[in-house]
Amino acid sequence: MTVRMLGASLLSLGLLAGCAQTPVLRGTGDLGVVIERATGSVQVVEHSGRTSLGSVPGLGDLSHAHVTYSRDARYAFVFGRDGGLTKVDLLTRTIVKRIIQAGNSIGGSVSQDGRLVVAQNYQPGGIKAFDADTLELVSEVPAEYAPGKFSKVVGLADVPGQKFVYALFDAGEIWVTDFSDPKHPKTTRFPAGQQPYDGLVTPDGRYFMAGLFGEDGIALLDLWHPEKGVRKILDGYGRGEEKLPVYKMPHLRGWAMAGGFAFLPAIGRHEVLVVDTKTWTEAARVPVKGQPVFVMARPDGRQVWVNFAFPDNGWVQVIDTPTREVIKTLAPGKAVLHMEFTPRGDNVWVSARDDNRVTVFDTDTFEVRKTLPATAPSGIFFSHRAARIGF
Amino acid sequence: MGFDRSLWLHVLVLLGVAAVAASAQAEPATERQRELVNMVRQDCGSCHGLTLKGGLGPALLPETLRDKPADALVATVMMGRPGTAMPGWAPFMNESEAAWIVQRLMQGFPPVAAQMELSK
Repeated sequence: MTVRMLGASLLSLGLLAGCAQTPVLRGTGDLGVVIERATGSVQVVEHSGRTSLGSVPGLGDLSHAHVTYSRDARYAFVFGRDGGLTKVDLLTRTIVKRIIQAGNSIGGSVSQDGRLVVAQNYQPGGIKAFDADTLELVSEVPAEYAPGKFSKVVGLADVPGQKFVYALFDAGEIWVTDFSDPKHPKTTRFPAGQQPYDGLVTPDGRYFMAGLFGEDGIALLDLWHPEKGVRKILDGYGRGEEKLPVYKMPHLRGWAMAGGFAFLPAIGRHEVLVVDTKTWTEAARVPVKGQPVFVMARPDGRQVWVNFAFPDNGWVQVIDTPTREVIKTLAPGKAVLHMEFTPRGDNVWVSARDDNRVTVFDTDTFEVRKTLPATAPSGIFFSHRAARIGF
Repeated sequence: MGFDRSLWLHVLVLLGVAAVAASAQAEPATERQRELVNMVRQDCGSCHGLTLKGGLGPALLPETLRDKPADALVATVMMGRPGTAMPGWAPFMNESEAAWIVQRLMQGFPPVAAQMELSK
């Protein structure tokens, strides 16, 4: 009797242990990660119930981190400042593989076919392509723009045709590299302008834009017509004659396209710039509380959410796109670093680094739906990025 | 003439060093030191990296700063460096605070206190 009971207990223990090993059957469409920059960990979160599922430590220096997703949206590729590239399984919340691929890295992107994950590096300057399954190096393109001179790479974006577009900060160029033959990438170079600091591609993958720090304006490359070269647009965009100090470079990624207009951070100015994307000319400027860092459209394009550089980084403002007016000013906490919308935009998750929390807002009512504790949270990345061009 | 100029240069440099040394002695209060450490790690860190190993901006480690004169570094912190992305931080600190930051950077910069506690 006792033996049988013991056996039964052991059996159930065994079953429990088995359960702990095997992930519960579920999708990954509502999962994501929150970067904890000071501790080198990520929290795996789910945005249906707005909970944290657990933490994955051991990811190195995440002081400037980026996350991109595998084609099946199960794995997060986490790029760290220290050149670390870590493949994290969202379901088991474990590290599948981790490599140190460079000395100083800022991000990366996944190819159109999902087979390559490409890192963009400051040191050594250039890009490297890895097998998305094994993280083995497939090929690399050093950003050697002149003999012995290497540039920091910014603004990497995947675009159709197994191509990646990126800008060279030190060289003032935009490069397009075709990985159709993964081991033998082919690169085309375009002069772009002085000190491109970040880049982005339109959601359809057609236009690549690089913001210029060293001069006013934006470098625009039409990837349907690369033979036409880079065109300079928005000459009034930039720091202008006053050369205002910029305390944090804006991030152009996650920029906002809404109703035929693009909403961009005006560098060094307390303004969001509205650009007519038919003519690529300035349509309006929206005054805001500080120097914008992220200017992000709710997925339906009706609202644009903006956060700011130091010292105004405790605020978030919401712009109504049809009227181009600020309709809400929020104070989500100290040092707001990033915002991420749920796939259909009902909620937005906002990280406040110095208050160690993530706040989930309802985007219609602006009510706080939830706050989650996190250690010095920065980037928030949901898995639906897996299906988007340029993320 | 040439002698005069170099003499003046020496005097100016000495005065500058003396000023930096004097201001460095006037240490900011403990609470302010914490704010400054946080500002350097987090906000300067936007470009120079949280670990100060460099990013879009150069590394700010003792070995990379060793050969640079402290007063020139203080001037860079306060007024920025024209032609580069380095802004002036004078709106957010005074010169003695900048001198304290430079001195600490050259010694090896302290970590952010609050986050060290949290990570334990």
